[in-house]
Amino acid sequence: MSKQTDSEVVLTIPMHPSMELVAAQTGSLIAEAGGFDEKCIEEIQLAIIETCINAFEHSKSEDQRVRIKFIMKDNELELKITDRGVGFQFDPEVLQPEGETKSHALRKRGWGLELIRNMMDNLYVDSNEHETTITLVKKKPDY
Amino acid sequence: MLSGKFDVQIREEDGYAVIQTEGYLNGPRGEDLAETAKNLMQKGHTKFVINLAETKLINSIGISILIEIIELLEERQGILNFCGLTPTIEHTFKLVALARHAGIFPDEDSAIAALNSP
Repeated sequence: MSKQTDSEVVLTIPMHPSMELVAAQTGSLIAEAGGFDEKCIEEIQLAIIETCINAFEHSKSEDQRVRIKFIMKDNELELKITDRGVGFQFDPEVLQPEGETKSHALRKRGWGLELIRNMMDNLYVDSNEHETTITLVKKKPDY
Repeated sequence: MLSGKFDVQIREEDGYAVIQTEGYLNGPRGEDLAETAKNLMQKGHTKFVINLAETKLINSIGISILIEIIELLEERQGILNFCGLTPTIEHTFKLVALARHAGIFPDEDSAIAALNSP
């Protein structure tokens, strides 16, 4: 992990089981230092975990690494999570609107992006056949 | 602080079983938890409480395995109540509809009491 400026930290993790926890823990420490409350920190951790395991499971990245840039701003934490995999087509309309699902049916998998969307304030996907960057933004509750 | 360790404690009582987890619940650890629940079902248990008070993070694969446990119990007309959830885990369970198939209670006593309520 290298600290590039006062507000920016970059971490690269291998795509190994449980390495997503290293990213989540780093995010937790940065968010705590940035003044986020416990609930926001848990939501940030879950979003980081889901984004990382999506990359682990689906990216088919040759270098088998995920790069996470944490950018702490005055009123928000921005995360840029990048893999050098094959990319995917992202359709934001498939995501449930924020809040509890109306369905009674139990669906086992495919919740990753919906969970991320619900845990964070903004989610952007920039994906091509060589690289995917997911940008996540969590605003401080007062903003 | 996060912890990479995961423990499962089991307490079998007359008519129900309590499973208490500790640590991050992901796929492999969820499989351990499911195996524990299946073993208890084979012994005849159909009423469960899963106490997540010492589990602060669950990923979507761990959630999918909890759904498998619920489905197995529904096949047996069983019941599962959770307790000790963080606000984020409770919110997640509601998002994925898991909360419509299992009870959510603040503590173990209320989760156990609800197993036997009509």
